[in-house]
This record gives sequence, C-alpha cells and structure tokens, in this order.
Amino acid sequence: MRFGIPLEERIEPGNLGCQGCGGALSMRMVLKGLSDDTVAVIPACCWSIIDGPWPVHALQVPVFHTAFETAAIMATGIKAAKLQQGKDTTVMAWAGDGGTFDIGLQALSGAAERNEDIIYVCYDNEAYMNTGIQRSSSTPIGTWTTTTPDERPETRPKKNIMEIMAAHRIPYAATATPAYPDDLLAKVEIARDLRGTRFLHILSACPPGWKMGSGDAIAAMRAAVDSRVFPLYEVRDGLDVTITRWPEHEVDPEAYFAMQGRFRPLLDDPEELARVRRLIDRQWETLVARHREHHPEPAAG
Amino acid sequence: MGERHLLTGNHAASYGAKLSRAEVISAYPITPQTTIVELLSEMVASGELDARYITVESEHSAMAAVIGASAAGCRTYTATSGQGLALMHEMLHWAVGARTPVVLTNVTRAMAPGWSIWSEQTDFLSQRDVGWMMLFAETVQEAQDFVVWMYRVAEQVFLPGMVAMDAFILSHTSEPLIVHDQAAVDAYLPPFDPLYTLDPAEPRAYGGLVNRDHYFEIRYKAFEAMERAGRLLVEAGEEFGEALGHRYGPVDPFMMDDAEIVFVSAGAMTSNVRYAVTLLRERGIKAGLLRLVAFRPFPFEEVRRLLEGRKVAVLDRNMSSGHSGIFAEEIRSALSMGAAPTEVYGYVLGIGGRDIRVETVLDVADDLMSRDEPARTLYVGVKGLPIGPARADREIARLAPLEEVSP
Ligand SMILES: Cc1ncc(C[n+]2csc(CCOP(=O)(O)OP(=O)(O)O)c2C)c(N)n1
Ligand SMILES: [Mg+2]
Repeated sequence: MRFGIPLEERIEPGNLGCQGCGGALSMRMVLKGLSDDTVAVIPACCWSIIDGPWPVHALQVPVFHTAFETAAIMATGIKAAKLQQGKDTTVMAWAGDGGTFDIGLQALSGAAERNEDIIYVCYDNEAYMNTGIQRSSSTPIGTWTTTTPDERPETRPKKNIMEIMAAHRIPYAATATPAYPDDLLAKVEIARDLRGTRFLHILSACPPGWKMGSGDAIAAMRAAVDSRVFPLYEVRDGLDVTITRWPEHEVDPEAYFAMQGRFRPLLDDPEELARVRRLIDRQWETLVARHREHHPEPAAG
Repeated sequence: MGERHLLTGNHAASYGAKLSRAEVISAYPITPQTTIVELLSEMVASGELDARYITVESEHSAMAAVIGASAAGCRTYTATSGQGLALMHEMLHWAVGARTPVVLTNVTRAMAPGWSIWSEQTDFLSQRDVGWMMLFAETVQEAQDFVVWMYRVAEQVFLPGMVAMDAFILSHTSEPLIVHDQAAVDAYLPPFDPLYTLDPAEPRAYGGLVNRDHYFEIRYKAFEAMERAGRLLVEAGEEFGEALGHRYGPVDPFMMDDAEIVFVSAGAMTSNVRYAVTLLRERGIKAGLLRLVAFRPFPFEEVRRLLEGRKVAVLDRNMSSGHSGIFAEEIRSALSMGAAPTEVYGYVLGIGGRDIRVETVLDVADDLMSRDEPARTLYVGVKGLPIGPARADREIARLAPLEEVSP
C-alpha cells in the first residue's frame, strides 16, 4: 500500500512531547497537509509546552500562544487582520479537548456559527493532560483520571463534539487519528481547500494519561477506530455524513479498553461495561444510518 | 479645521476610532456602551470606514479577537463597560504581554449585583494593574480625541490603552464637538508600524513557555515602556494641540495657583466640581481643582508639585473596599515620596450613579473645612447618614436595611 503522505515537514525534529505522544504526531501530520502560508494558534494545553520554551520552538510556522478558552477567536482575529491586509494565510487553531469541549466551547461555537474562515483542530487525548490527567467532558465512561479516581470513575459518556459542530452547519467536520495517516491527510487537504470553519477532531493517544506503554500509542489509536469506539467519518455542511473507514478486522471494544490502565474501573464493572458496549453499538448504528442516508448505495465493507 | 457637530459621548468615541482608521473592530453590546459599536458597525457596513467588524459572542472574545488582529499587524479597537470589562480581564493582561497596542473605550458602569447601568469608576479602576495606559475623558470632545491620542502613544510603546467615559452623563449626553479633519488626524497619527505581524516567512513563536531566567526581563521591558509612555503622553498631548487645536496633558489644573483647598477628581463629574470651585471662589474661599486625566501611567510629578502642602479632598466615584477610594490611595502614595506634609481627605460619592451635584461638592467643601485631621474614607450621600467614615463598630444585621433609610 502506498500512502499519500507529503514528505515535507513543518516541524523541527526536537520538541518536548512525551514518548509516544499522539498529539505531537497529529501536529506533524496536519502540518504536512497545510501550506507554508499558515499561522498556528495554540491555547493552554500540552502543545503550549511541546512547541518548546522561549527562545526555541519546534513548528516552522508562526505560533501565537493564547489563553485557554480563546483558540477559535484568536484565530478569527488573526484571520480578519490577514484578510484586511489582502492576504489569504491559513489560520489554524490547535487546541486540546479541554480547550475545545469545555472552556473553549463558547468561542468555538461563536466562530463556527459565524463560519469564520479558520481551520480548528482539536487533538483529543480525552483529559486535561497538561495539568496532570484531570477529567474533561471528552473523558469516556468508566475512566480513571486524577479527578475521577478509582472509587468514583467517570460516569458520563464522552461529549459528542462532532454532533455539536455539525449542528452549526459548518462546511466541514471530520474525525481522524494519526494512526491512520492517509485518512487524516486526505481530510486535512479537503479542509485546506475549503473556506469557512473547518473542524478536525483528532484522537491522539497520551501514553502517560492513558496508562499504557509509549510503544502502544499507535496500536491503541487504531484499536479505537477498529472497535468503533472512535469511528472515522466526515460531515459536510453539517448534514452529509460519510464514514471514511469501515473497520476491516473488527476489534472488541474490551480489547481496546484492556490496552489501557485508565479503563480499569470500567473493566472491573461488568454492568457499566455492558452499558458502554450498547452505547458504542447504538452510536455506530446511528452513524451508519446517517451515512446510508447520504450514500443511498450500500457502501463497501 | 474640522467640523462642528453635536454628538453623544458614545458617538464621539466611534468617531475617534474612525478618525484613527481602526482596521479591525470587535465588540459585544452592553449598556451603556452599545451605541459606540452600533455606529462603528454601520460605518464599516457602509464602507465609510475600511475595517472588518467581528460580531463576537462575548467580551472575552472581543478582546481576544482584537489582540489577534493587532498581533497580525492591524490597528484595532473595541469598547465595553462594567461587566464586559471584568470579563475581559484575563485578556487585558494578554494584550500587554503580547505588546499589542489595542485601544479600548470603557463606559464606566457600576458592577452587579444588583444590576446597575449607572456611572461608577470601579469597573475601570479594577483594571489598574493589568498594565494598560488609562485615561479619563471629561467631555464629548475628549471621548473622541483621547482615542486618537491614545493610539499615538500606544503604537510608540507597544502597550494597549483604555479611555474611560462616564455612563450616561457622558456616553448619552450630546455636546458640541469638533470632528477633526481626516487629513489632519492622518498627519498626527501615522499608520501602525507593528512590532511583528505573524508572517509565515518568519515562523517565530509568540507568548509561549518562558522560564524564570527570562520572564522578568520580558516584563521589565513592558514596565519600562510604560514609564516612557508618561513622557510620550505629554509630548503627544501638546502636539495634539498644535495639530488639532486641543491641547491635552496627564493632569488638568484649575485655579490652582493660590488654592488652599483642592479637589481632585476625574471624568465627567469634574465639570460640576469646576463650577463648585468658581462658586467657592465667589465666597472668598481659595479653592482649586486638579483633574486627573491620566491614571496609568500615573502623573506622580504633577500630582506632587500641584498638591503638596495643601488641604486636598479627593473625590472618588469608586471604592477599594477595606482601603479607600482608589484615587485617594494613589494620591497619598504619590505624596509619600519626598513631598511636604499634605492633608489628604478621601471622599467616596456617587456610587452606583448617585448624582454628584454642584451642591454635593459644596457640602464636601463645608465638611472639609470643618476637619483638621486627614480622613481615610468619608462617605458622602449615604441616605440618612452625615458625611463621615464607615461605622466599624456597627453590628452586622441580617437582611436589615440601614434603619435610617426611609422605605
Ligand atoms: C483559564 C485557565 N484555566 C485553567 C488553566 C490551566 N490549564 C492549562 S492547560 C489545562 C488543560 C488542558 O487540557 P486540554 O485542552 O485537554 O489539553 P491537553 O493538556 O490535554 O493537551 C488547564 C486546565 C489555564 N491555563 N487557563
Ligand atoms: Mg486533553
């Protein structure tokens, strides 16, 4: 199989990412798909650290660091200035799940509703990792974090940010993961060539936060997709759903959970696990139904 | 030069932004600021002002948007009031650290709860330590001109600046003013020459992680720039006079030469204080007035020179609870460094938009002349209470109104 991944790098080899950091890999992949005429906006998150301390930094595009809840609006302001100056620079907001699902949701919703001409990427490691693994509204049911300890693990399902973003009827929203880089790059290129608010939701493993070995990051991200815990799909104009990867060899969700120490409370609770399985199935069925609605021919796979 | 118009303070501020050729504007509506941004969005929509207007979902975002646009090299403007300014607080700090010379007009408003849309300076003065330049307008003319004056200095020192104007008393009151000739303003205010523009040809990182071995120096530069701004405000205020016919400075003294008792005030209430001073003079009382125009950078020299040795009544339409009115604190601190002994009396009045009438100022004058011990905080006009300090020995009564107040 030949991957269509550009050879160009827009990130220097050295950065402060942990070993196996899915977020660092996501950034590397996304920048490959964008042009040199790009500015990145980074709110508080692991990436405020990963890019490096002054006076060095890893990205080969300008980076404007901003406050935790302002990624979308800071990108909007920069883009407005670029347009006022007659430039068509791509402005990419790059935020974690906390900065997207939680504290940054208001500004993101505002930008999306106005269809600001920005690319917003959420690299989702399913918790506040920068501050040491606290739950976010992206943390899945049954997860251990430092604020959802074993005795009282996460009880609510992961917030469905894609549905929220689709509800804004933005031109493009897609899920991806760097473990399937061809799929990711194809989506980055689609997003790059569209106008308006484009949203990429990238599952990005965090070995220390997910309590697994750094060598397991890619396998875990793949298992998330193949177990249908994190399906790969895109939504155009908020309504037209296309599943972009149909799991070839299905993985049992339990196998995905078992790879990671953070799911121990879930694995210890058969009832909760059964509930989670039903939820995964129902979400997948809903997604497939929406896919079929948009693609009346039965899709392959 | 320029044209005579009749405008509200709010519309004058809009003209200030327009004359300054703001390029990116972002704001969120709040009474009593709203008409500033309504007029600006009309000006942008009609093409009268070549700018982009971003209709954000909050003041926090408005401030973030203008910081971003400024960092990318555009001249940016926003306006807010009370709750909105408080919501911006985190990003006000950001504008300083990012060295983005954003200009903001704040229509000063009392903070909730209870909800009040009326004039009080506490919202503005609560932003004292964020590192912005801060000016107080007294007239509609100044509501316009200070925006231009502020850009002129802000863009030389790469620090943001805010201009305060009083809710309603100034924001919604029409006064004649000169709307300056655009060419004359252009000659006074050159195009913004930014420090950096987020140019992908120079892929630097701004505002990222900085360790203890550099942070202090980065901040020190901003502190130093603020000191420099003090000089530049004076110069640019004088040049404003030469170029545009109104001379401005960090303080505005009135009848100070032989004054024995001096009022210190800021903002629109100063007009009544000035009139009260003329009445006192008619009564043979040697009264004077020092209006504070600049609050940051603070005009230490001028304050010391003009106030030392006199009996001073500082009129604060604001309060730093547990301390004093905020101007009183600041004046005392300016006088603590080498000035001859000066009696400073702190008067807190006009809270929540309570009227400050000429008679109110005359009452303060009588009270001042009856005292010979400087007082930290004297409250003026609390219903049922004479001018005086807060009653520290008062029992705390649950949900009981001041018993002196008639229902
Ligand atoms: C207003 C504000 N509140 C809290 C913080 C502290 N903080 C910094 S990063 C972070 C968590 C970031 O989580 P996420 O967005 O998921 O990114 P990650 O660190 O997981 O990559 C928090 C809580 C902050 N910087 N600003
Ligand atoms: Mg996270």
